[in-house]
Amino acid sequence: MSASEKTKRPVRWHIAVFLAPAVLVYTAIMILPLFGTLQLSLFREVDQQQVFVGFDNFRILFGDPRWSDSFWNALFNNTWFFIIHMLVQNPLGILFAALLSSPKLRFSVFYRTAIFVPTILSFVIVGFAWKLILSPLWGIAPDMLSAVGLKSLFAPWLGKTEYALTTLSLISVWQFIGIPMMLIYAALLSIPDEVLEAAECDGITGMSQFWKIKLPLILPSIGIISILTFVGNFNAFDLIYTTQGALAGPNYATDILGTFLYRTFFGFQLQVGDPNMGSTIASVMFLIILAGVSIYLFGIQTRLRRYQF
Amino acid sequence: MKSTSIKGLLLASTLLCSVGFAYAQDAELTIESWRNDDLEIWQTKLIPAFEAKHPGIKVKFTPSAPAEYNAVLNSKLEAGSAGDLITCRPFDASLALYEDGHLAAVTDLEGMKNFSSVAKSGWSTDDGSVQFCVPMASVIHGFIYNKDAFEELGLAVPQTEEELFAALDKIKEDGNYVPMAMGTNDQWEAATMGYQNIGPNYWKGEEGRLALINGDQKLTDEQWVQPYETLVRWKDYLGDGFEAQTYPDSQNMFTLGRAAVYPAGSWEISGFNNLADFEMGAFPPPVRNAGDECYISDHTDIAIGMNPKTANPEAAKAFLNWVGSDEFASLYANALPGFFSLSDHTVKMDDPLAQEFVSWRGKCNSTIRSTYQILSRGTPNLENETWNASANVIRGTEAPADAAKRLQDGLASWYENQK
Repeated sequence: MSASEKTKRPVRWHIAVFLAPAVLVYTAIMILPLFGTLQLSLFREVDQQQVFVGFDNFRILFGDPRWSDSFWNALFNNTWFFIIHMLVQNPLGILFAALLSSPKLRFSVFYRTAIFVPTILSFVIVGFAWKLILSPLWGIAPDMLSAVGLKSLFAPWLGKTEYALTTLSLISVWQFIGIPMMLIYAALLSIPDEVLEAAECDGITGMSQFWKIKLPLILPSIGIISILTFVGNFNAFDLIYTTQGALAGPNYATDILGTFLYRTFFGFQLQVGDPNMGSTIASVMFLIILAGVSIYLFGIQTRLRRYQF
Repeated sequence: MKSTSIKGLLLASTLLCSVGFAYAQDAELTIESWRNDDLEIWQTKLIPAFEAKHPGIKVKFTPSAPAEYNAVLNSKLEAGSAGDLITCRPFDASLALYEDGHLAAVTDLEGMKNFSSVAKSGWSTDDGSVQFCVPMASVIHGFIYNKDAFEELGLAVPQTEEELFAALDKIKEDGNYVPMAMGTNDQWEAATMGYQNIGPNYWKGEEGRLALINGDQKLTDEQWVQPYETLVRWKDYLGDGFEAQTYPDSQNMFTLGRAAVYPAGSWEISGFNNLADFEMGAFPPPVRNAGDECYISDHTDIAIGMNPKTANPEAAKAFLNWVGSDEFASLYANALPGFFSLSDHTVKMDDPLAQEFVSWRGKCNSTIRSTYQILSRGTPNLENETWNASANVIRGTEAPADAAKRLQDGLASWYENQK
């Protein structure tokens, strides 16, 4: 009996063989460095020797005012960066997708492409292009505003502490709005016609059809987009670095965890790099993202209703 | 089979190479540097001049990219494959190399007699007793101005601060030029061309800088706060939207003739010469009262030292002595206008603007940027904080006294002498 079962279920080596390259590469460039970072954050260099200090680096990061002020400032800015994306990028993305999926809209392929193109540009190009557009000296923004009589609204947005971060968030929204748009668009297209026809038979059309039928059906996609936005925003770095430099001016108003980590880990100008404190910041970033993803997976994903057709 | 033949080939080539070396009569020196812009100047001017004087020595200049230099150099030094001569950045980066035994002491070298203690400060141990690199060049701060604009408005070159502000007022009144080209977007300009430019007149150059290091003065003392108070007054003379104006913006603004005065470092000279089609002049940071002694920031920027593991120490020393010579000073300063020789020799320079900058050394006392030596070793980093504070006071978002207090508290939190 047991012998015949054994012959029925041979060891399926091919699974391991096919998985091996991905597992090895992923382990080498993601898992090992991650644990290396976590390990580094538990040490400190004393007289050119790495000494184990437990969680003392974390205590300094959260408790010592020399570090904690910068840390909380960066975390707050990061959160604001994320909130702007959630409030502006995702609703607009859904709106664009809804408009694009409307059969009455002409040139929809053109709009789709035009809105998606910034997503494939590099951060550096986007950063420099917008810096130039908004430049009070050579930029086209002041001229365009004065052409419609709104010159008084112009301010050096990237240079003012109160506007700089919001301006950068909106630039980032402009760049990435194509992603939620395309994902929602795909989700809307996958809604079966039978469902919509049934809705129409029941007299649900137009806007109420969107709110009552389509929106619940695309909720899983919105969930995915939110978590992508969360992970992307808390790992952001490039845009701030290209437009405002590593010191994230004015007066650290655009300093997010990414730039704070960069300055600390690699050093900047005369500041000497501190890999141990840098790793501590990187570990905190990792934990924040891990927490966010876990909340999403266990709190939201499992409760989303699935529809069977 | 295959691998043995490759090994054999490698062995043979290694042997051939070493035979080649053994037969070479010349001592060959390799220079490590981050100045890859200067490759041509080294190959066509500096090295031929040296080799003509020292027939037995061949020199090779092998630069790497500026941003990678520290990393590349460190790994070469660890592996023992670094060149014989090593270009030194000022202060802590080179000090660390010396302490790790990667730079030889050059204190007793003949050529070192030609340098002042300020010139040597960038490459000395903290107590100043040992030097480990021969200073090559410095950059001087001051103001470059548009001569045509000054003539047009009938303005004289300002000697005192009040004269400068009076001139700026007139330029502003006239309305054709932005009085001063500077922005705060990149932050470092506010500190380097602002605070460190005008500051030495207040803290009396070396006297104040050393007193800060010894702990005899504090950043909250009036001579350290007053430069910020003067910077506050700059705000009215900067262009519209200067808060978002970047460093290249400021350069363009000035070279296109839209601004009259540019707070400068001398490294701008060669770039500006190519771009501006009006005549430029320069003046040192104005003193506060007529007749006051003047001080300039003559900041040590580049030097050269010897790898202790070099196979040709005598040849390397000969080269370093030459770097301290009259001939090198004149060649280097003329090849790279704006990078001034740090030696005491009088150098005749062809570029009038460069000549103007360097002439201030005769009238004023030289010092270096106050935050560079020792004071930027800890966290928070005084240099970076000074960028931030200078930009803040110019933007008007932080009062000079508050900025000074913040910097002092930050410095005192890790620097023993200021506790």
